[in-house]
Amino acid sequence: MATPTKYPTAPLKCWPKAKEIREQYYKDYAQAHERGGIRWSGGAWAFDAVPMGLGDDVHVMTGEPYAASIAWDRKFAQECQDATDARGWSRDLCSYMRIYWGSMYLNRFHFGGEFPKPNFYYQSQICCSHSKWDQEASLYENVPYFCIDVCVGPYETLDEGRVNYVVNQLHDSVEGMEKVTGRKYDDEKLIAAVHNECRSTSLWAEICTLNKAIPAPLDEKTMFSLYVLATLQRSSKKVADFYEELRDEVKDRVARGIAAVPYERCRIITDTQPPWGFLKIYRYMEQFGVVSIGSVYTFGLEGIFAEQEDGSWGPRKTPQQLGIKINTRDEALRITADWNLSRPCWQHFYDPRIKTRMMLKMVNEWKLDGVILHLNRGCEGLTVGSMENRLGLIEAGVPVMTYEGNMADEKEFDERRTVSRIDSFMETLGLKQIPEAVALHAA
Amino acid sequence: MITTGIDVGAKTVKVVLMEDGKIRGKAKVLSGFDQEESAKAALDQALVEAGLSREAIGIIITTGNGRKAISFAKGDVTEPRAAALGAVFLYPAARTVIDVGAEESRAIKCDANGRVLDFAVNEKCAAGSGAFTEAMARALEVPLEELGPLSLKATQSIPMNAQCAVFAESEVISLIHSKTEKADIARAVHDGLSSRVVAMVRRVGLNTELVLIGGVAHNPGFVESFKRTVGLDDVRTAAEPDFVGAIGAALAAAE
Repeated sequence: MATPTKYPTAPLKCWPKAKEIREQYYKDYAQAHERGGIRWSGGAWAFDAVPMGLGDDVHVMTGEPYAASIAWDRKFAQECQDATDARGWSRDLCSYMRIYWGSMYLNRFHFGGEFPKPNFYYQSQICCSHSKWDQEASLYENVPYFCIDVCVGPYETLDEGRVNYVVNQLHDSVEGMEKVTGRKYDDEKLIAAVHNECRSTSLWAEICTLNKAIPAPLDEKTMFSLYVLATLQRSSKKVADFYEELRDEVKDRVARGIAAVPYERCRIITDTQPPWGFLKIYRYMEQFGVVSIGSVYTFGLEGIFAEQEDGSWGPRKTPQQLGIKINTRDEALRITADWNLSRPCWQHFYDPRIKTRMMLKMVNEWKLDGVILHLNRGCEGLTVGSMENRLGLIEAGVPVMTYEGNMADEKEFDERRTVSRIDSFMETLGLKQIPEAVALHAA
Repeated sequence: MITTGIDVGAKTVKVVLMEDGKIRGKAKVLSGFDQEESAKAALDQALVEAGLSREAIGIIITTGNGRKAISFAKGDVTEPRAAALGAVFLYPAARTVIDVGAEESRAIKCDANGRVLDFAVNEKCAAGSGAFTEAMARALEVPLEELGPLSLKATQSIPMNAQCAVFAESEVISLIHSKTEKADIARAVHDGLSSRVVAMVRRVGLNTELVLIGGVAHNPGFVESFKRTVGLDDVRTAAEPDFVGAIGAALAAAE
């Protein structure tokens, strides 16, 4: 068999900066009280621009990326899960939630020291776990809790009444936060945060769109470490600025034909969170010349997309790009509500066919050869409808592989069987291992 | 050239020696704890049956869940690939292959060359594999090889509600205590397994040119249940269904 084309590769220049932002984020959260600041915790889907109005010394720690960080440390992850199980919680609950609670119950912070107690919890509710996650945490820590219900239906059916339902809750939450922190809310800071939120998430969508190029400038395993910044604090200027820098670098990679995977000859997407402790399965697939260019999850958990003028999928235009000036608290809250409600990963909660349509768009526009679906027992929210998605893809003639696992609980992931299944899937795609790629990985 | 296929399964290791498209020898031993030793023992038995020495054999290819564990093999093929190659070799019209083994069951859609087009594998669940019938036979205190014939004597169909081997066992015990005929319970066990397997078949698409392979295809009770559940009167069952994977591996060695 002839050796496939070898594309040039290069490490990402932005990589150390991404690492630095992440490290500083957890440090800031842990040290916030020492500096007289405020800590809040919640989910990566919380309206994180809203608490920014409380001041520049307000620091957040979102639960899912924190738990995912622990999932990499399989030993501590297990200890956290055991601590949660020991309190009688069921093993089939969200594995991020079980890890977060475990870290809290053990009073051990993954990045050193005691578990940092927040001043309040701030969450949004769309998945089956989020509201209960922080309800338990707030009861345990004895701190206030604000939760915004965003279950208003898919974005394509959104009307003013539904937006008002969310906006009114956001107004109430501002008053609540003023009350529990004793601080006066600054609308200018909110407006700046909403600007940055829109900028971050549109830029991330633009970066994902650049992955339509062949060879793909980014592979999904790398993207996991990049999209995460938006899950940490998409409304921060630091994150928005980083994505601008990253976008420019990825554009440059596309222009110069720099690949993420040297022997790219087959392009796939995956779905939902991967089993974090076993990301090596992505490297294994590279030995067959396979690059995963992303997923609805990696793209749309935080990236905000919209249909472009030519009908393709791309970044949604920000209010700044549309020349909209935000003047008041209400306008800012209205924009953040509408913006978040258009999030791709919120749509399938109402109908799996919406996600299937997104996947098929990706198949066509990102020129994919197949799809691998992770039937993630650790996240019922993102996995609900996966088998419906599979059917829709198969009906459209797209090869699909499924495997069972858990993003953060290794007890539910069988590495040998998954690799064996990947081997079979590669066969169905007509792919064999590329000796040069195997040698590259061995080195 | 004599090629060798070794199917290192969860319960047994099967070896097939082939030459010019004909089977020269075969053997089956229990996998035990040391799969490599078991593979060697099975290979030696097959060589004796064929009247051949170790030096006579060429390429050895493995398949099965322990396919990576055999150091003396030249390479390995996946279970779906081996199953499809073997099934199409035995039944050239086969386009859907159902492989029900001790640990795993799978449905495979393939082409005329035994190329896998799509496949589905049972997830981490004993209720869709041979281990399920073993556990139920123990609960019924019936030897495994008698479970199938016993179920053919059933006079009624009892729905088994449990979707899990552990709870199914409890259900079997409850049925025993309520004086349900063992034959009827045995049929319920096979119906439960069949419904799981047929769900997989439907995932890859049902083709009437269907072949049943794997150790569980020895079980006439399962075969009858499978026919009923899938809605086909005629389902081909390989004569020695547990050797089909090893045949496929030996064919892959010849490629």
